[in-house]
Amino acid sequence: MQLSVLVIYLLAALTPWLYSKHQARTANILALLPAGLTLWFASHIPLIASGGILVHEYAWIPGLDISLTMVLDGLSLMFALLICGIGTFILIYAGSYLQGHKDLPRFLVVLLSFMASMLGLVLADNLITLFVFWELTSITSYMLIGFKHESAEARKAALQGLIVTVGGGLALLAGLIMLAGAGGSYSLQEIFNSSEVLSEHPLYVGMMICLLLGAFTKSAQFPFHFWLPNAMAAPTPVSAYLHSATMVKAGIYLMARLYPELGGTDFWINTLTSFGALTMLTGAFMAIRSTDLKKLLAYSTVMALGTLTLLLGLSTELAMMAFAAYLLAHSLYKGALFMLAGIVDHETGTRDVTQLGGLRKLMPVTAICTLIAAFSLAGLPPMFGFVAKELLLESLLAGPVGLLIILMVITSAIFVVIVAAVIALRPFFGRFVPQARTIHEAPKLMLAGPVVLTALSLFAGLLPGLTGQFITLPASMAVAGQPIDGYLSLWHGINLPLLLSIVSLAAGYALFRKWDTLRDSLRILNPIIERGPEAGYFRFMQGIVLVSEWQTRLLQNGSMRNYLRTIILTLVGVTGYALLWRYQVHWNWDVSVYLHEIVLVLILVSAAAAVCITGSRLGAVATMGAVGFSVALIFILFSAPDLGITQILVETLTVILLVLVLFRLPGFSSTSTPAERGRDAFVAILTGTLMTLLIMITIDVQIFPSISDYMIENSQPLAYGRNIVNVILVDYRALDTLGEIFVLALAALGVYAMIKFRPETEPGGNHYAGTLILPPKQVPEKHIVLSLDERKQLREEKKKADRLKAEAKAAAEKAEAEANELRVQTSEEAPPASTDESNLDKGTDSASDDQANKGGQ
Amino acid sequence: MMKPGTLILHVATRFLVPLQLLFSIFLLLRGHNEPGGGFIAGLVASGAFALYLFTFGAVMTRDLLRIDPRNLIGIGLFLGMISIFPAWFQGEAFLTSQWWPVALPGGNEIKLSTPLIFDIGVYFTVFGSVMLMLVALTETEER
Repeated sequence: MQLSVLVIYLLAALTPWLYSKHQARTANILALLPAGLTLWFASHIPLIASGGILVHEYAWIPGLDISLTMVLDGLSLMFALLICGIGTFILIYAGSYLQGHKDLPRFLVVLLSFMASMLGLVLADNLITLFVFWELTSITSYMLIGFKHESAEARKAALQGLIVTVGGGLALLAGLIMLAGAGGSYSLQEIFNSSEVLSEHPLYVGMMICLLLGAFTKSAQFPFHFWLPNAMAAPTPVSAYLHSATMVKAGIYLMARLYPELGGTDFWINTLTSFGALTMLTGAFMAIRSTDLKKLLAYSTVMALGTLTLLLGLSTELAMMAFAAYLLAHSLYKGALFMLAGIVDHETGTRDVTQLGGLRKLMPVTAICTLIAAFSLAGLPPMFGFVAKELLLESLLAGPVGLLIILMVITSAIFVVIVAAVIALRPFFGRFVPQARTIHEAPKLMLAGPVVLTALSLFAGLLPGLTGQFITLPASMAVAGQPIDGYLSLWHGINLPLLLSIVSLAAGYALFRKWDTLRDSLRILNPIIERGPEAGYFRFMQGIVLVSEWQTRLLQNGSMRNYLRTIILTLVGVTGYALLWRYQVHWNWDVSVYLHEIVLVLILVSAAAAVCITGSRLGAVATMGAVGFSVALIFILFSAPDLGITQILVETLTVILLVLVLFRLPGFSSTSTPAERGRDAFVAILTGTLMTLLIMITIDVQIFPSISDYMIENSQPLAYGRNIVNVILVDYRALDTLGEIFVLALAALGVYAMIKFRPETEPGGNHYAGTLILPPKQVPEKHIVLSLDERKQLREEKKKADRLKAEAKAAAEKAEAEANELRVQTSEEAPPASTDESNLDKGTDSASDDQANKGGQ
Repeated sequence: MMKPGTLILHVATRFLVPLQLLFSIFLLLRGHNEPGGGFIAGLVASGAFALYLFTFGAVMTRDLLRIDPRNLIGIGLFLGMISIFPAWFQGEAFLTSQWWPVALPGGNEIKLSTPLIFDIGVYFTVFGSVMLMLVALTETEER
């Protein structure tokens, strides 16, 4: 199984090479691999259906308790089949959908990597491995959604998806660590088999919140649902894959996987059912507002994800049966429908259902497939969607939920019927709407996926017993963690769920007839929707930009002195605190010194003092050199020749470097006030005091036995070297040195870049803040992120405008008063004060126009 | 800054640079037993070229170097990295030193080892880094 994942990554790596050989046929060749894997996974169906599981163990990082062990049980198997099976057709479809696109090889690479990550995610047994694959799906889906990277919209949608899912991923990691801590192992199997009752663990609620945050963001549950429809900026094959069987189902998978360990509590039931129902309703409601085929499908995906969460929340055996059936049904029809929507888009050039009609004669196969798949979506017999929906309603009515949730579910069921009808009937039936291009049936390769998936959907519906026995029931059992005695069937007899189905179908169809007017009347709600969670996301991102700008101004303000002060004061504060509170300094004046040592120290100190007060730059360089060489002398005196030599060489080269830059610097001048200099002197003295104390304490207190004895003893026998300093550098601590030479190289390259590549524009203008994150047009002006500079400028302009206005008003009043006086005195016509006033007003108006323009930029 | 025609400096440089480079290699090789090592040797070598740079200017120094300083850094880092792996192939932890003593005619032996490769890597990185900065600074100065 490890191989199955790795081989896809390998194939992804080989794709560019394959593409250079086979061009357009590459996608079809690549599809052979997932097809083969589908067969391989399918060959395990009998084993899994009879209740067995397949475990392949492989140690990865044993020291950290991380393994690559993979487990195939009912749930993983169903997911693996969907991932590989649908993946096969997506590859074929993509090869023809994006035929001739210059970035097709890149697309295939990312798609394959995504497939492998998703497969790894559903097979992983180790929590950390699971997390790694989880994040890999986030990253690869980011690249997939942002595939059309030249379009700003696609970039933003991709980034939004990434931020939301990775943000949730962070919470997930915390949750997984808590879970491992509580369960005593990182292995899902072991946690499941252990006797710990996790639901009574004190961390249970915290763990659940973190895990659910991860799952909800990934699976686009309310209030994080907004990223999913935006991700429709991706090419259709991506939408079809990500939103049918994979990416968004990852969160669902996680919840299902953890259900045996964590599920069934009141907290679980209440959270999942309420969020699930809310997501269902939101998705269904947003869907009927849309006219874009892909948006319709995306929102109905949100609705389906809500349904799945709700079913997991119900925590009954029946609900688990419904869960697996619904998941399978949804993956099959949604994959097909997305691909069909892509075909319509591809052939007609539009996805707006109001611009489409009467295509059934031109695209018969597409029309039939869409109709059948939409039947499944609406839950009409004999499709598998019907089986799933009956189970859903049955388990809902028997489940531990209130009337409100049942009502929400039925409302969304009605809405979904509308969606299904719109998708299936609007583009293909009714009056033909002429299109800009000649329309014909899609190529066979594009139709292959939808045809097979719809056929599967139909067969699964016709043979629910078999499907149940081999696919969905083992999955349900894996979720429930215990055997379930049940079977799937198409006909349950006349009961309440069936009646509800019929009612919702009738109501849905009736509303579909009035869909256009319904959509118009729903526009009233637009202001509320605009203030939904997505606005919150933008406000959050804006806040991040502002905070980061503020802290950049504070910490990275470009003033060397400021940096030094911050660093040094932090050092003094932290170290000084530890020094003063932990250790006592013993003053030990009883040292014998030689005369030459005193002389050396005097030179050192006076040179250092001279640096501070010298009036010329060259003088400063020279005295700095004197300090450096004195230090080198001290090293040599106290028998550290290596250090001494290094110090001398570094000093020499420093002087050379300084001389080289000396002439490039502006004139030597004092830029600080005496007060600032005093403050800097204080900081400097503080540092000196600290270092002195530190050295005295190091001499005085020996916390650990000195390591030098070991070094001296072992340097010759182990490392064959007598120079301990060098042995430490290249042998004992070679890793440190390796890091250091990399740092050195980077620093040199940095200097080189600074010297060679001058910025073409003046630095400081930060007009890019937020442009990646915020949408281009739909943001109201007040949401646009302005940099602090711009804000300040705006404020000043406003102040100026206010002042002008006030002055104008005062002037006008004055003029009027004068005029009155004049009138009184001479009873002549008033001077044209009013025109003055209007002129001035105009002036301020244009100023505010400027402001508006500024804001618009 | 670079005055042409300072005869004593020109002549002295021509003699000093090879000597200094020899000395740097000497320091590099003795480093394991006596004061020296890759870092110091790299600095000495850069000192030699700095002298040449001051005397003859950036263009001639580049000619003498033949290799772009950036490539020198690359060589250094590469040598540093490859010294990691021999231990790994032996099944030991990364960076564990490996020794291959080679007997020389005349009863001496020379000890080749991964620390030596590593030290040479340090030498080139230090040398390349300093030269990169010096040459770049001088070039902008001369332009």
